[in-house]
Amino acid sequence: MTMSHKGRPTRAGEAGSPMPHQTFTGNKALDMEEPLIFEIGHMDNCGVDLDEPMDFVPHLGNHMRSEPVELPALSEPETMRHYVRMSRNNYAIDSGLYPLGSCTMKHNPRLNEKMARLPGFADIHPLQPISTVPGAFELISELADWLMELTGTNAVAMSPKAGAHGEQCGMMSIKHAIAAKGEERSIVLVPESAHGTNPATAALVGYKVVSIPAREDGTVAVEAVIEKIEAHAGQVAALMLTNPNTCGLFEPDVIEIANAIHEAGGYFYCDGANFNAIVGKAKPGDLGIDAMHINLHKTFSTPHGGGGPGSGPVVLSDRLAPYAPLPFIRKNGDELEIVETTDQLKDGEQPFGRMTAFFGQMGMYVRALSYMQSHGSDGLKQASEDAVLNANYVRVGLQDLMTLPFGVKPCMHEVLFDDSFLNDTGVSTLDFAKAMIDEGYHPMTMYFPLVVSGAMLIEPTESESRASLDLFVATMRDLVMSAKAGEKDRFEGAPFLAPRRRLDETAAARKPILKWVAPEPTKVEPELA
Amino acid sequence: MSTYFTKDHEWLKVEGDVVTVGITEFAQSQLGDVVFVELPENGKTVDQDDEVAVVESVKAASEVYAPLDGEIVEGNELLVDEPAKVNEDPEGAAWFFKMKLGNAAQLEALMSEADYKAFVETL
Ligand SMILES: Cc1ncc(COP(=O)(O)O)c(C=O)c1O
Repeated sequence: MTMSHKGRPTRAGEAGSPMPHQTFTGNKALDMEEPLIFEIGHMDNCGVDLDEPMDFVPHLGNHMRSEPVELPALSEPETMRHYVRMSRNNYAIDSGLYPLGSCTMKHNPRLNEKMARLPGFADIHPLQPISTVPGAFELISELADWLMELTGTNAVAMSPKAGAHGEQCGMMSIKHAIAAKGEERSIVLVPESAHGTNPATAALVGYKVVSIPAREDGTVAVEAVIEKIEAHAGQVAALMLTNPNTCGLFEPDVIEIANAIHEAGGYFYCDGANFNAIVGKAKPGDLGIDAMHINLHKTFSTPHGGGGPGSGPVVLSDRLAPYAPLPFIRKNGDELEIVETTDQLKDGEQPFGRMTAFFGQMGMYVRALSYMQSHGSDGLKQASEDAVLNANYVRVGLQDLMTLPFGVKPCMHEVLFDDSFLNDTGVSTLDFAKAMIDEGYHPMTMYFPLVVSGAMLIEPTESESRASLDLFVATMRDLVMSAKAGEKDRFEGAPFLAPRRRLDETAAARKPILKWVAPEPTKVEPELA
Repeated sequence: MSTYFTKDHEWLKVEGDVVTVGITEFAQSQLGDVVFVELPENGKTVDQDDEVAVVESVKAASEVYAPLDGEIVEGNELLVDEPAKVNEDPEGAAWFFKMKLGNAAQLEALMSEADYKAFVETL
């Protein structure tokens, strides 16, 4: 018997080339070049067997398609591979620290997912009879109770589907409350540091936006609010204020500001995107708010990023509660009554209309309530404390090397740096952020808020362990020192190691290619055919 | 013809009762690559400090304010198709709009080129 004496080599050969060669496929091991689904699918493939439709009478009239849809078809394994491969090019909270400020990218506990997949919740159809889903309404009602308890309010509109949608709901309630008093007001005050959705909402609802400058310490002074109220006497409908604000600072004048706007006959809209900093610590109702949206997809850990469904319930003060949109749940003792139409309204209820076709994002309601119940009131409070602690841990770890625009002082759940530490390095905030990608981190929020130059807003959230924060801080310190040492090459043109190099954002905005066009079929030479 | 500047980084060129308005070289350098410009409607009457145009860059969207009371007479259509012109020639071909001067007295409170240069130095 002859046998090969050559055993299986167990280490890399000496002659390994230092330069990676171009691969035949263009793939780099696990980093694969994935074509568009249109490029790999075929019209004549089919992943499932579908019966030929029976004879039927279409009711589409002249809306009937006259041409095939041209959707690419793939087999099941092809489809799986396509999306799994693409997902590997994606950065997610499940793959690493996601310091995007103002976005509260926190861990989504798997328990939430388990609950959301219970068939009794997951398989509900929006058009099935209401009498068949009492449990779902009980869940919505219980979540509403938690939201009112945590915010110190007595009413909540559940249906809005994102923070911005919640802002619209709150501002429309305000507009109707003002109209119900027989008044007309045209102005909404918005601080300079506000998220862009605030002025956009005010404008969409038909108001003129007047901006309030920030004072030296990055917060809003009650005097600045009063000055604008007086300059536009009788015209101010509302003030939109984020608290803690987008500089990661608690607004110390918030109660005086609420009083000032109320005295002027206006309403206080609070942007609750940063609620994660104060859950269980302060009740916005006690601070005098009239409306506040709660991003369930931020504070209450429902998944977001990548365009997943959001959910933005709005809590309302007693003054605004009558204007809450349809549909809503009315509690008659232990009985839940679903109010869907105007003929069901009782005295005083004057909904401004309706925001959504159905009841909102059921899956997100289930997740948010799971999160709340599994944490309990003490756990929610600790999550907020840990979120603030973690942000301050990052702040203290970096403040000697990076620059705090408003001086060295504690922050809330996120820490804001400006770009003055990069002065004279030739490295911009954008370059710095791109170099973070090479280090395996999603960049922090950059160039927002607009009140500071080259803003870098870092929100680590409570999800991160001390070890994870230490590595992040050490990485940031290494990058800063490298920028200060003049190692511009590490930044200019970064990322170097990502599946794609730096994207041309300008061309993407000016000349976007939004439609895939099939290439001309290649002509087969007659002699080859 | 005289040129004035505002604290909001706009420049004005006054010729008779027509004022041409644009954003300054400093403003364009701060904004970065401009990707979109929205112009005011012709014939619109505006008050000083009203938001009349929008300039969007890869970094941020910013408002352009009416530097004076008056009436908008023309927007620079060139910028709609070629917003990049704002980066190339902010104080020339990339003017934003022309307006009819409503209240000449308001010009007195604006800055001269030298004043504006000194103002930018302080930022
Ligand atoms: C401060 C602030 N307000 C409002 C919003 C809008 O929320 P959404 O993205 O859910 O519409 C955001 C979102 O990032 C935000 O950070």
